[in-house]
Amino acid sequence: MKHTEETGTDGGEQLSDDQLFGQLAKADRVQLSRRERFGLLLDAYVLTPGRVAWSDWRTRIGILVISLFLLTGVAAKVSTSNWWFLEHVTIIESPATNQAPTNHQPFDGGFAAITEEGGWIDTTASFPWVEFNAPLGSTNYGEPIGRQLVHSTPDMVEMVIAGAVVSVGLAILIGITAGYKGGKVDSVLMSITDIMMTMPGIPLVIVIAAIYPPRQAWLVGVILAIDAWPGLARALRSQVLTLREESYVEASRTMGIPSTTILSRDITPQLMPYILINAAQAGRSVIFESVALYFLGVLPFTTANWGIMMDTAYSEGFALVNMANFYQIFWPMMAVVIVSFGLILFSQGMDRVFNPRIRARHSKKVGGGEDQEH
Amino acid sequence: MRQHLDRTRNALVSLVGVLIGLRYYWERIAHAFVTLLAVTTITFALFRLMPGSPADAMRADFERRLAGSGQAADPEVIDQMIRVHTGFDPDKPIYIQYVEYLRDVIIYQDFGQSIQYGDPVFDILFAAMPWSIFISIYGLAFGYTANILLGAAMAYKEGSRFDSYSTVLATFLNSIPYYVGAFFFLAFFAYDLGWFPGSGRYSRDVTAGLNPEFMWSIVHHGTLPIMSSFIVGFGGGALAMRGNSVRILGEDYLRVARLRGISSSRIATRYVARNAILPLYTQMMIGIAAVFSSSVVLEYIFTYPGVGWYTYDAIMRRDYPLLMGSFLFFTIVTLIGILIAEFTYGIVDPRAGSGDQSEAY
Repeated sequence: MKHTEETGTDGGEQLSDDQLFGQLAKADRVQLSRRERFGLLLDAYVLTPGRVAWSDWRTRIGILVISLFLLTGVAAKVSTSNWWFLEHVTIIESPATNQAPTNHQPFDGGFAAITEEGGWIDTTASFPWVEFNAPLGSTNYGEPIGRQLVHSTPDMVEMVIAGAVVSVGLAILIGITAGYKGGKVDSVLMSITDIMMTMPGIPLVIVIAAIYPPRQAWLVGVILAIDAWPGLARALRSQVLTLREESYVEASRTMGIPSTTILSRDITPQLMPYILINAAQAGRSVIFESVALYFLGVLPFTTANWGIMMDTAYSEGFALVNMANFYQIFWPMMAVVIVSFGLILFSQGMDRVFNPRIRARHSKKVGGGEDQEH
Repeated sequence: MRQHLDRTRNALVSLVGVLIGLRYYWERIAHAFVTLLAVTTITFALFRLMPGSPADAMRADFERRLAGSGQAADPEVIDQMIRVHTGFDPDKPIYIQYVEYLRDVIIYQDFGQSIQYGDPVFDILFAAMPWSIFISIYGLAFGYTANILLGAAMAYKEGSRFDSYSTVLATFLNSIPYYVGAFFFLAFFAYDLGWFPGSGRYSRDVTAGLNPEFMWSIVHHGTLPIMSSFIVGFGGGALAMRGNSVRILGEDYLRVARLRGISSSRIATRYVARNAILPLYTQMMIGIAAVFSSSVVLEYIFTYPGVGWYTYDAIMRRDYPLLMGSFLFFTIVTLIGILIAEFTYGIVDPRAGSGDQSEAY
């Protein structure tokens, strides 16, 4: 694998003491300007992790998929927006019935259709030179599936972000407080977490959604977060249990700094990488569950979601029984799989970025390269 | 005399050991009970206290029905109907209602009466429960076996081509939701190829009972739901198992074991496998909740009348007592599953039973 190759190069040449101390002395003398300091901070917190992240194919694919997901959301949002000049910009038209022939098969006509007029990719159009005619097919009512997919994205992005923020936020609040405080606070908070963890998530969400149907996408995300936070809270707590014994935390404690400051300044930043990784996982579980619940028809169809498309394909297109219509349920399923694959790859790749051992190896390599230039 | 004393001391030590071990079990049971109490309270609160709650919706529903059938909507009749269907008396003060509801659920297993079916909710769900458990348990068991075997094989061949391909495969499988798997199975294996039936629990042509045809029919109908449930159990566990095994393979005590000349099969099973599986075992306890949760969606897709299917049915028909009852039922089944997992965990990992202050996390 890739990282085993890196191990071979990390030996590098040893610096002589002269070089080393000379450099230290020089660094001591130099007064850094604010701009330089900003540059260093940028390098330490953004560029180096970015470089490490980009060197791993998982993060690369993950970031690509996530940006594509977000961009699609923005494109759809811009297309439907009525705000100022955006009113006249339409990147991808909103789906409507009879925009395409009913039951139009995906990639109709194969590759030959590309050069023909009215094919699924029409290259003979005048402006904008390429025209798509329901490349992914259309539903029984002639709604192009591709447009439906694209126009469901903004609501899904909103839901994923809301779900990830709320579940991770709750987990941080409860997990870190419990781990740091210990004692009674810990046992009370952990009992709550355990209770939430044992409650089967989907039935609970169904009951809540049956009583209070959430009509906004972000609210759906928040409700789904109920199921996602307890596992992460427990994991964070066990991380904090080791961090709280660190000497610098103890130093802060003896200095009489209040717990809230210690938690927010000393402990939470250490856990940030771990939290980021889990935010991606939380996003994935929000997508999984929301699509399942929309498919069941438990949530009100007031927002757009790939699950609703699946439900339509299943109950009106009979996509499973009638193989000719399988494409109708296939595309939304693929969208779910691809986005969650991207999120998982991203979180796995970030795990490698923040894993101190791999990170140290890499930074040593970067440092070695710079030294040779001098 | 000396021998006698030694024997007494040993007996005492083992007795203390057993008591400490039991304390762990009692704690777990108490914990499960507290959870059950909490969930029942939440159900009650959702049912009764919240504005726009099922109780209000039911009242409106009954009023409409009575008005539809030409009867005057007598509040007492409606109260009576609500009492029959939910098990709490709207006339009494709220805390007495609460206590009575808790008592009914926990002591008498009375979850109220289904509006749609007219039968007690408990009877409906109790008859449906074995089917849900059948699907979930096999899905979980197969999923975790696959995790352990694949993860161990990957760790054993660490850095090889097999390892990197399997890692990608496991990641990809992890990003396929179980219902997507279910759709593929249903479309190809059930409808296109016709190998498996697409719905139901067993064939109507066979007589129920302990005969091979009936059992085969159950297995035949259960295969696709179990395969889909397998995806839930599989999760990302193989990668976790691989990570654990790789970490343990680098430990010092393993080198010592090798230097002591312990056979490699014993090292593989006792030293590596056991320690690598333990974190997975705790993960499985969360997995139990996930697997039972997933049965709502799976049983709907496969039209498999278990507890999950009744949950779906209850929402669609606004049968609130059945809905709340199935939520409680899910929780209880999950709690029992977790309790069993924790008890066996105490056997697998002796440290868990020693009752020390730092708990396993």
